[in-house]
Amino acid sequence: MELRSPSDIVIEYVSAVQDYTLLAGQAVANLFRRPRYLNETLMQADSIGVGSLGVVIMTGFSIGAVLALQSSNTLQRFGSLSLTGQLVSLSMVRELGPILSGLMVSGRNSSGMASELGSMKVTEQIDAMRALGTDPVKKLVTPRLVSSTFMLLILTIINDLVGLGGGWMVAHFALGLDSNQYWSTAWQSLVFADVFMGLTKPLLFGFIIGSVGCFYGLAAKGGTQGVGRATTQAVVAASVLIVVVDFFYTKLLMIFMQLH
Amino acid sequence: MSVSEIPTPKPATGETVHKTIVFDHVSISFDQKVVLDDISFELNRGETKMLLGVLGSGKSTILKMAIGLVSPDRGDIYLLGHHVNAMKEEELFDLRRDVGMVFQESALFDSLTVRENVAYRLIEENVPPDEIERRVREALRFVELEHTIDQFPSELSGGMRRRVAIARAIISHPEVLLYDSPTAGLDPVTSTTIIELLVKQRDVYHTSALMVTHRLPDTFLMASHYFNEKDNRMEEIPPGSPIQAPSSFLLLRDGKIAFDGPLHDFVNSRDEYIREYIS
Repeated sequence: MELRSPSDIVIEYVSAVQDYTLLAGQAVANLFRRPRYLNETLMQADSIGVGSLGVVIMTGFSIGAVLALQSSNTLQRFGSLSLTGQLVSLSMVRELGPILSGLMVSGRNSSGMASELGSMKVTEQIDAMRALGTDPVKKLVTPRLVSSTFMLLILTIINDLVGLGGGWMVAHFALGLDSNQYWSTAWQSLVFADVFMGLTKPLLFGFIIGSVGCFYGLAAKGGTQGVGRATTQAVVAASVLIVVVDFFYTKLLMIFMQLH
Repeated sequence: MSVSEIPTPKPATGETVHKTIVFDHVSISFDQKVVLDDISFELNRGETKMLLGVLGSGKSTILKMAIGLVSPDRGDIYLLGHHVNAMKEEELFDLRRDVGMVFQESALFDSLTVRENVAYRLIEENVPPDEIERRVREALRFVELEHTIDQFPSELSGGMRRRVAIARAIISHPEVLLYDSPTAGLDPVTSTTIIELLVKQRDVYHTSALMVTHRLPDTFLMASHYFNEKDNRMEEIPPGSPIQAPSSFLLLRDGKIAFDGPLHDFVNSRDEYIREYIS
């Protein structure tokens, strides 16, 4: 294996960050330029949104249920079992809903985007598109970015609701809690800041999924092996970025919205 | 190339505006390896120039640079009078609509049918559907593949894919065509069919073209034949005939131009490298 100097590695990382920023900026700027590819955007929304519905529902329900199950022991010890609804609701809406949907959709779609665009790149289809007078960023990246951003918001809302449903199933049938009590504590514990946090996070995560997936796809080189590498890198980078951004964004909102 | 390195646009002079493509002292390196070093050549209107050279000599790079898919490190490139390497990508998209390119591996969009592939440019330009259908069929008839209109590229053979790529490139009747090894990996019969299409495009529509190839017999075929419109077939130019096949040869060697001229000079060259290359 060839040894590379540390400065070369740093330059490579810095230029990758620069290229990513330029691509993301260009994709956003294209929202205000013609032509707009509405059909492509709707097709991507269908693929990302409807296609990910099953996996998001299953994980949301399981996590909501297991959250109620795991917390019941501790809550019972302090005689606060009635707060199960509040615990599940706050956890799902503020944190688990967005991050789980983000990670699930990242695993499914950023890899899909990277492999699709990567295959197009290595078979010169991207160059062919440019040669035919079409901007690949406008035609391929912007629709994916818009779709992943908005569909993740919708998927997160569904995930939150299904998660609460999973929590209710355990609370009602396994812990013997009254349904009204569960839903009223779940509903009343939520304040504007919680919902704001829960609904803005998926917008950020969706943007990360779309932009990272497309970036790695368009940067793919070296045949089918390169496409495989790009796919893996896209999933890893998008997932890590989602978790890191989640931490800093949560901290930021806690400071500005005085959340506890 | 950073923004500060983009050269200032130079006005097209009488010389550059009347040529289809002009390369003026162009150099490019990849990974610190010089691929093209200070090369200059011109492509006249209606002419087909065949780019020859060993693997990795930069032939495909020349095609990509000609339409701004790759930027040179130094030098100036003019396409239809436009200073390509001084233009922004957004401006290049408009210019590229006057150019058709056939990629080495065809580069057809594999998720689209033959119809959608050939019609791609027209769909992007919002041409009415009836007009699109008529022109797609006309282009596919030109390459004799009208029956494949509803098939996907994966269902076609290599030669058929190459012909669909030619149909896609010519559908908008471009002023310039760039062919990247259009006959590579094909059997001799299919190669001749493709060459006949290129000769037809050259002699019937008088389109200027740059053609990268490794197959010398194909280049000799192009330079020694013309398209007989009456009989709808390619024929050899009889000795002493006034018919001309506007073709020339450009041979690259170690990043430099080893030869640039017509067939007669090429085959009669006394240069040792050229003689070795031809043999």
